[in-house]
Amino acid sequence: MNWSEFFHMGGYAFFVWTSYALTLIIVVANIISPIRQRKKVISRIKRAIKREQLQQSNE
Amino acid sequence: MWNWIQRFSSPKYFYSMSAVLIPWFAVGALLVGLYGLYLGLFVAPTDYQQGESYRIIFVHVPAAWMSLFIYMVMAVSSGIGLIWQIRLADMVAAASAPIGASFAFLALVTGMLWGKPMWGAYWVWDARLTSELILLFLYLGYMALQSAIEDQRSADKASGLLAIVGVVNIPIIHYSVEWWNTLHQGATVTKFDKPSIDIDMLIPLLLMAVAFKLFYAAVVLVRTRNEALYRDRNRRWVRELIAQL
Repeated sequence: MNWSEFFHMGGYAFFVWTSYALTLIIVVANIISPIRQRKKVISRIKRAIKREQLQQSNE
Repeated sequence: MWNWIQRFSSPKYFYSMSAVLIPWFAVGALLVGLYGLYLGLFVAPTDYQQGESYRIIFVHVPAAWMSLFIYMVMAVSSGIGLIWQIRLADMVAAASAPIGASFAFLALVTGMLWGKPMWGAYWVWDARLTSELILLFLYLGYMALQSAIEDQRSADKASGLLAIVGVVNIPIIHYSVEWWNTLHQGATVTKFDKPSIDIDMLIPLLLMAVAFKLFYAAVVLVRTRNEALYRDRNRRWVRELIAQL
C-alpha cells in the first residue's frame, strides 16, 4: 500500500480524516483547557490575597 | 476506617498525591494511543462490507464508551458526595462533566461522519443516536447547574441529583440497538458471546479504548486539582501553596 492510496481511504477520505482530525481537536482542547483553567484559578487566588493584604494595611 | 477515608479524601492530600500520577497516565495514553493508531490505520484489514470507512470505529467507539464511562464516574461520585459529604467526590464529578461532554460530542459527530457514507444520512432520529444526544444534554445540564448556582454545596446537590437521575439513560443507550429497530449496528464487542469482530480489528479498538481511559485519568486529575484549589481558596493549605508559586 502506498501513501496516496492510504490517504485516499478507498474513497472515504473525507469521512475518515475528518473524524480523526476532530478527535485530535477534542484531545488537544482537553489538554489546553485545564491548563488555562489552572492559570486562571491561581491568578484569581493571588489577586484575592493581594486585596486582603491591602485592606489589612489600610485598617 | 472513617478517619482513614477522611484523611485520604482530603483535597490537600489528593493535591500532592495526584501530581505523581498525572505524568504516568499522560505518557501511557500517548504510547498506547500511538500504537493503537498504527495498528488501526496500517495493520487492520479492510472491512469486506464497509471498505475503509469502518476505520472511523477506532475513534468513534472508544469515544462513545468513554462518554458512558465518564457519566458513571460522575454519577457515582455525585452519589458519594451527596450521601457521605466527601468533598473530593463532588470535585471529581464537576471535573468529569466537561470531559464527558466532549467525548459524547465526539461520539455523535464521528458517528454522523460514519453514518453518511454507510446509511446515506448524517442524522436519523433513531434510538441509539437520540439517547446519546440526551447524554450530551445531561452533561451540559450538569455543567449549567454547576455554574448557575452560586453556593457550592447547593450547586453540588442540584447537579449531583441530575447526574444520578440521568443514569437511567445509560442502559437505554447500551440496549437501544436491541430494544428498538435501528440503523445502528448491534454490539460486536460488549456481549457475552465471542466478539463478532476480527481479532486484527479488535486489538487496535481495545488499545484505543485503553488510551482514551488513560487520557481521561490524566485530564480529570488536573481538573480535580483545579477544583480543589478553587474551592479551598480560603483555606490555609491553598494559601501556603499559592505563596510558594
